[in-house]
Amino acid sequence: MANRTVDLLVIGGGIHGCSAALHAAMRGLEVVVIEKDTVARHASGVNAGGVRRLGRDYAEVPISQRSMEIWYRIEELLDDDCGFQRAPQIKVAETEADLDRLKARAADLRAMGFDHEVVLDRAQMREHLPAVSDHCVGALASLGDGFALPYQTTFAFQRKARSLGVRFEENCRAETVERVGRDFKVTTERGVFTSRKLLNCGGAWAGQIARQLGEPVEVAATAPMMIVTSRMPRFCTAVVGNETRPLSFKQMQNGTVVIGGGRRGRPNPETNVSELIFSELRQTAATAMAVFPIMRGATIVRSWAGIEGRMPDGIPVISPSSTEEGAYHAFGFSSHGFQLGPGVGEIMGELIATGRTNAPIAPFSITRFAPEAGASGSSPTHSQGISA
Amino acid sequence: MKTEPKTATLPAYDVVVIGAGPAGMACATEASRAGLSTLVLDEQPRPGGQIYRDIEASDSGRRGILGKDYEAGAHLASGLRASTAEYLPGAVVWNIDSEKQIDFSAGGGSRSVKAATIVVATGAIERPTPMPGWTLPGVTTVGAVQILLKTSGVVMEDLVMVGSGPLLWLAATQLIAARTPPKAIVETVPAARYREAAKHLGKALPGWRYLAKGFAMMREVKRAGVPVHRDAEEIVIEGETAASAVSFVSGGKRQRIETAHVALHQGVVPNQQITRLMNCRHRFDKSQRAFLPVLDEHFETSVDNVFVAGDGAGIGGAKSAAMRGRLVAMRVAEKAGRPVSGERETLKAALRKDAAVRPLLETLYAPSEDTLSPADSTLVCRCEEITAGQIREAVALGAPGPNQVKSFLRAGMGPCQGRMCGLAVSEIIAAAKGEEPSSVDYYRIRPPLKPLLLSELADFGAEEAPRQAAE
Amino acid sequence: MPQRIDGSGETVRFTFEGREIAARAGETIAAALIAAGETTTRESVVSGAPRGPFCMMGVCFECLVEIDGVPNRQACMIAVEPGIAVSLQKADEVAA
Repeated sequence: MANRTVDLLVIGGGIHGCSAALHAAMRGLEVVVIEKDTVARHASGVNAGGVRRLGRDYAEVPISQRSMEIWYRIEELLDDDCGFQRAPQIKVAETEADLDRLKARAADLRAMGFDHEVVLDRAQMREHLPAVSDHCVGALASLGDGFALPYQTTFAFQRKARSLGVRFEENCRAETVERVGRDFKVTTERGVFTSRKLLNCGGAWAGQIARQLGEPVEVAATAPMMIVTSRMPRFCTAVVGNETRPLSFKQMQNGTVVIGGGRRGRPNPETNVSELIFSELRQTAATAMAVFPIMRGATIVRSWAGIEGRMPDGIPVISPSSTEEGAYHAFGFSSHGFQLGPGVGEIMGELIATGRTNAPIAPFSITRFAPEAGASGSSPTHSQGISA
Repeated sequence: MKTEPKTATLPAYDVVVIGAGPAGMACATEASRAGLSTLVLDEQPRPGGQIYRDIEASDSGRRGILGKDYEAGAHLASGLRASTAEYLPGAVVWNIDSEKQIDFSAGGGSRSVKAATIVVATGAIERPTPMPGWTLPGVTTVGAVQILLKTSGVVMEDLVMVGSGPLLWLAATQLIAARTPPKAIVETVPAARYREAAKHLGKALPGWRYLAKGFAMMREVKRAGVPVHRDAEEIVIEGETAASAVSFVSGGKRQRIETAHVALHQGVVPNQQITRLMNCRHRFDKSQRAFLPVLDEHFETSVDNVFVAGDGAGIGGAKSAAMRGRLVAMRVAEKAGRPVSGERETLKAALRKDAAVRPLLETLYAPSEDTLSPADSTLVCRCEEITAGQIREAVALGAPGPNQVKSFLRAGMGPCQGRMCGLAVSEIIAAAKGEEPSSVDYYRIRPPLKPLLLSELADFGAEEAPRQAAE
Repeated sequence: MPQRIDGSGETVRFTFEGREIAARAGETIAAALIAAGETTTRESVVSGAPRGPFCMMGVCFECLVEIDGVPNRQACMIAVEPGIAVSLQKADEVAA
C-alpha cells in the first residue's frame, strides 16, 4: 500500500506525538501519526499523572512553565478536562539537611527569575498536608501545579487531533526510515508512508529511529513502578514527593492513592512486557508509610510499570535533527515528560511549521550526545525524585 | 545497576500446584507419588476447591443431600492428605514472576517459593451475568447458593434461580433434597437451542451418563413441583435496597415473582488471572464462549513448564479435572526424566469419553443474549459502576479494546480486578466494533492478583533483599 | 428467610453492626451473616448503593466488611471468630 506524501509523519502515539500532531495540524499541516501499538499504550497512558513544575532540571523550567499555561486551559484546547486538577506539588524534607538543599534550590530559581517554587516551614507544610508524619521538617512546593489522568489526556489529544484531520495508524511499527529525495520514506508492515517532515516521538523505542537518521543515541528502556490502592477517606489534596527517597504520592478525587516515584521494574521493550520487582517496590511502600502513617491501613489493588525512555543525562531530546533537514526529535523524557506534553507539542508544531521557535530548547539538542561533543552537555542539576 | 533479589535461599520445589480442587489434589498426589517435591498452595482452609468444598467436614446427612458426585471428592482429599505433597491452606498467591518465583500471603505475612514447574489449578469462576438489578443485596450466583449449602447447611426458602446450565439444575435438586425446593426456576435457554444442541447428540452418546443425570435432575425438579419458566428473557431484578422480585418475559407475557433471594447462573468459565499474569497465550473458544489458555496436548501453556489442569484449561467438569490433574503430573514427571505410568493412555481415553457431552452442553447452555449484550443502562463493572452504555460510548470515541476502556472508564479497576466484568467487557466491545472477542482480547492482569496490604508489601522479603540507595 | 438444615455444630458469637450473630464454628463471616438474614454488607464506594455477598468464593469482592476496625476484608474468605466486631463497610468511611 502506498500513501500520499503528507506534510508531517509522526512516529509514536504517546502524549508527545499526539500533542505535536495536534499543534502541527492547528498550523495547517497534513499529519499522519504511526504507532507500533495503540495510542497511549506505554508511559503516556500509565504514568502517575503528575502535572509538575516542581523540582525540574533548571533547563526544563522555562518549557515546563510554558506547558503549564496550556494545562490551565486544557479543556479549551481539547474539549476534555483530562481529569486535570490544580493541586500543590510538595516535596517534603525528612531532615534539616534535606530542607537546606530545598531552600538553596528555591534561591537558585529566584535568581533565575522563577518564583513558583516556595519553601514551606513545618507549620505551612502541615497546613497543606495534615496527614504528613510528624518527623517531616518542611518542604518545597509549587502551589499552582496539579495532576491529570494520563490515558484520558493522551486519548483527548488523539481525538482532538483526529477531529482536525490527523490520521492515526495504530499497530503500525516503523521498520525502516529513509530519505528519498527531499522526502522521508517510512516502511511499516502495513505499508509505506512518505512525508516532507518527520518527527521522532518514539519514547523508549526512539533510539532505533534516531540511529537510522544517523544520530545514534543511547535511550534506555525503563519501567517506573506504580501502585494504586483501594479507595481511602480523603486525607491529602496535594501531590507529594520526597527530597531524598524516591516517592510520588497522590490521592485521586475518587479516594484511591497512586504511589510511584522512581523504583524501577524490568522492562522488555521487545515484547511490551514489563515486570514488577516487588523486593524493590516494597521500599516505595515503606516510604509512603513513613511519610503518611495513615497508609498502614491501605490495600494495594494493582501495580504496573509502563515502558519509558531514559536518556543518559536524565533530560529529553527536543531538537531538530543534526543530520537530516526536516527531521525532528522529541523523546527520552526520562519519566517526567507528561507535564511537558502540551508545551513541547506546541513548540514542535511551531518549529516544524515555521522552522523556528523562541523556546529555549538548546540544552535538549541531540548533538549533545554526538561523539565530538566531548563532555556531556548536561545542565547543572538533573531532575530526580518525583517522576511524572 | 539493579541488584536482583536473592532467590537462592528461597524454598524450591519441583512442582508447585496452585489450587486444591479436583485437578490440584489429583495432580499433587500423582506428582508426589512420582517422587517430585510438591507444594500445594490454596486459598481455602480445607482441600476440595469449590466443587468439593468442605468435603472433609461434611457429615453423612450433608453428603446425602449433595449427592454421590460430591462424595467422590472425599477420595481425592484423603489422597492428598496421605501423599508426601506439602499442602499449605489459606495461602493467597499474589504474584508470580518470569523466574517462577511465587509470592503469596499466608497468616498475615507474605513469603515466596521457587518452582521448577507451576501447575495452575485455579479452576473456574462463574460467567458475568449483567442484568438490571444484579447488584442488589439478596442476589448471588448459583455457585454461592451451593457453597452456602456445602459449608453451612444454609438454604433460602424463597430462592428464585435464573439462568441456565447444568450447575443450576444440580443446585436445584440439592435444594430439593434439603427439603427447601427453589420457589421457581427461570430458565433463559431459547426454545430453538434444543434443536441446535440435538445435532451434537450422536457424538455426546459416550457421555450418556451425564445426559441421563441431566434428565433425572429435570424430572426431580418437576416431581417436586417447582415451577419452571422456560425461554425467559428481559429479566429484571426489582428492589430498592435489596432484591424484592424477579420479572421476566416467558411464554409471550411478562411475569413477576416476589422473592428476596435470587441466584444467577450462565455457566462457568476458566479463571484466567494467573495465566494472564504470566503472559501465557490465550485464545477465545467460540463453543465455550470464553478465553482459554493455549495449551499443547499435555496441557502445557506457551510458557515453558507452566501447566493448566482442570477447568482453568477449558470447562470439563470435576471428573475431567481430576484426570487432567493426573495427566499433567505424569507429563511433569516425564519431563523430569522419570518413567511414565502405563495408565496414561487409559486416562486419556477416559478423558475423551468424559468430554464427549461437552459440545452438546456448550450449545444448549450458551450464555443468554441478554447477558452478552446488556442494555445501555445495565451495570457491567460492579466495583466501579460502569454501564454497558458507557463502554459502548468509549468504543465510539475510539477506545480500541478492554485495556483502553479500563484506563478511560475505570472498568475492571476495582478490587475484583476485572474478574466479574472482564468477559462481558470484551464481548460488549467486540459487538460494538463488529469484531470477535478474540481480536479485542482481554484485560492485562497486573499483580497483586488479590488486594494486598501496603504494610504487608513493606515487610515483604525485607531480609533477603538488600536495601538500595535512592537513585 | 434463610434456614439451617441441620442443628449440629458449635455456636460462635460475634457482632455485626452491634447486633449479635450466632454462627457455626468454622464457617465464614459471610455465610453466618446470610444465615442470620443480613444480606447487605457494604455500600458501593461509587454510588453508596447497598451491596452484599455475591460469589461466596473470593472473586467478586462484594462482601468487603470492616473487621475490628480493619476495612476491605473479604467476609466470604474469613472464618468467624468469637467476639469479633464486624461492620458494614460504609461508602463515606472509604471515600469522600
